[in-house]
Amino acid sequence: MDQFLLILYTIVPAALIAATPLLLTALGGLFSERSGIVNIGLEGLMVMGAFAGIVGTLYFESVGLGAASPWLGIIVAIVLGAIFSLFHAVASITLKADQIVSGVALNFLAVGLTVFIVREVFERGQTDTISARIFRTNVPILSDIPIIGPMFFSRIFATTYIAFILAVIVWYVVFKTPFGLRLRSVGEHPMAADTMGIKVNRMRYIGVMLSGAFGGMGGAVYAITTAGNFAGGTIVGQGFMALAALIFGKWHPLGAMGAAIFFGFAQALSISAQQIPGLANVPQVYMLILPYVLTILALAGFVGKAEGPKALSQPYEKGSR
Amino acid sequence: MTNAIKSKFFGLVIPLIAIGFGFLAGAVIMLVSGNNPIDGYVALFQGVFGDAYYFGETLQRMTPLIFSGLAVAFAFRTGLLNIGVEGQLIVGWFTSVFVGITVEAPMAIHLPLSLLAGALAGALWGFVPGLLKARFQVHEVIVTIMMNYIAMHVVNHFIRNFMLESGQRTAFIHNSSSLSSDYLAALTNFSRLHWGFLIAIGACVLMWFLLWKTKKGFELRSVGYNQHASSYAGMNVNLNIILSMSVSGAFAGIGGAMLGLGTYNYANILPSFTNYGFDGIAVALLGASSSVGIFLSAFLFGGLKEGANNMQGQAGVAPELVEIIIALIIFFVASSYLIRWIYSRLQSSKKEGK
Repeated sequence: MDQFLLILYTIVPAALIAATPLLLTALGGLFSERSGIVNIGLEGLMVMGAFAGIVGTLYFESVGLGAASPWLGIIVAIVLGAIFSLFHAVASITLKADQIVSGVALNFLAVGLTVFIVREVFERGQTDTISARIFRTNVPILSDIPIIGPMFFSRIFATTYIAFILAVIVWYVVFKTPFGLRLRSVGEHPMAADTMGIKVNRMRYIGVMLSGAFGGMGGAVYAITTAGNFAGGTIVGQGFMALAALIFGKWHPLGAMGAAIFFGFAQALSISAQQIPGLANVPQVYMLILPYVLTILALAGFVGKAEGPKALSQPYEKGSR
Repeated sequence: MTNAIKSKFFGLVIPLIAIGFGFLAGAVIMLVSGNNPIDGYVALFQGVFGDAYYFGETLQRMTPLIFSGLAVAFAFRTGLLNIGVEGQLIVGWFTSVFVGITVEAPMAIHLPLSLLAGALAGALWGFVPGLLKARFQVHEVIVTIMMNYIAMHVVNHFIRNFMLESGQRTAFIHNSSSLSSDYLAALTNFSRLHWGFLIAIGACVLMWFLLWKTKKGFELRSVGYNQHASSYAGMNVNLNIILSMSVSGAFAGIGGAMLGLGTYNYANILPSFTNYGFDGIAVALLGASSSVGIFLSAFLFGGLKEGANNMQGQAGVAPELVEIIIALIIFFVASSYLIRWIYSRLQSSKKEGK
């Protein structure tokens, strides 16, 4: 029993940490998709965020801001992510491009642009490693609670708590505020929303830019807490996994949170399965493909039907029926 | 202008304008980053045509791109978006190499068998999202993205645990299943150009024939235009969706076999995606999903990627510039609405002037 608890004390924090960037990015995807714009480009937004986060941190370090650098780096990533998402917004909203194709192009562009800049600036394929890190901390008082304390409140990054608090805030904003109602109405029935005087395209721009801000933050948090530097291979698939979490969580912030935690667990398990009796003999590949297989099963309705916003992927043309 | 001529006209003009914009943006980026765009593009151009070796490598590089482009285009013709070409290509690569290593047979049997194995593996990887789409109305885009990751992890698992030879790769395939050609290599200054290039040209013809000269092809295109009308006309829409995704996957699978049997003659553990599949989306989009267009755009993208190396060596421009250009070309093609809008504005202002 004690050994079992000890395993949980390592796995649970690892799972929560792995879930953090997925959750942040999935929340971003939620804003975009709730407004009716598919965002396959989450991966690219994370790449951009990881790049901006690391380069920003390196810059603030060099001007002597010390421990504040990574936090400022995250803010830079949020801003740059929002700006970069404009590519997707302009193409898919104003120019009515196919939203999936535009998202794919966004992913290409992010990798090309960031690695190009890194090569031109650092003269090799990766950036320097940041030295100002965000450190794992214990929450005072809460971490002293037996069993729960060591699991949820010890040795976790502050960014993880921020992500989970943000999930609740996003839930409140999307489901309890007039803004959220407008956002959702634009994604469900843009013509009805337009009739009621909601500016459809403006809401969609806001949705996509919020996805850029959150995706950028997700990428930056991953790069700063986990990777430590940026290269073309820093973000490989986390954006798509965030998209999977969004769908698996049925386009609901708290659902996405649950899915992100679950995927985080799968990741943490695949890394530390060797140390766990009973799991040591299970090939790692099962853990690696688990999130993807589950998403397919969820979509097929075996885990409960996942239904997206009705107007998803349809460009809105004023006056059309 | 009649509509038919208009659409032909746009079919040709939009890709050309998009390519022009892409290169222009590339030039601006080179200028901003302190490089000389003329030097850069000259080096790029030389890296494609400057030497028989470079040219052979370009053709070698465009071979799998033709297949991934055909795969995307075939699905697209029937109204489906196959983002899973990457995964289908990976399983095709692995399976063809698996047959190339484990089976021993004379070339006349072994080579077709290996190709077929790659095609079947790709078809299976396309069949699953096709089935889910037809049976449960699950959007194929998300399923195929997930299938990409499953393909990569499963193939890596098989190589790592059962077929690892040295370092990160399998053994070499038997000569009897190899597409490598001493003749083509000697012709191009010992590039890796292989017979697969001819198979790729054949595949272009095959797709054109399938889609435009057969009854099934008519059905597939008809379903792509209007599912409801096709269904009303007595076509089995669901069956066509499954068939289309499987054929698309088969094209992608053979594309993978081109890498396994032609370029490398082995399969290796992939740390990340090959990107051939994703580039196929760009190829199909720029080529307007037609056989000739795909061939030409595969040459453009293959050339860009090959020339990028030379651009780095001679002009000191990071090769990722090419990725940026490709991404922007996709943006411009996808946003053809802009080009149409400008065109229609020009037309109407002309009329008002009269």
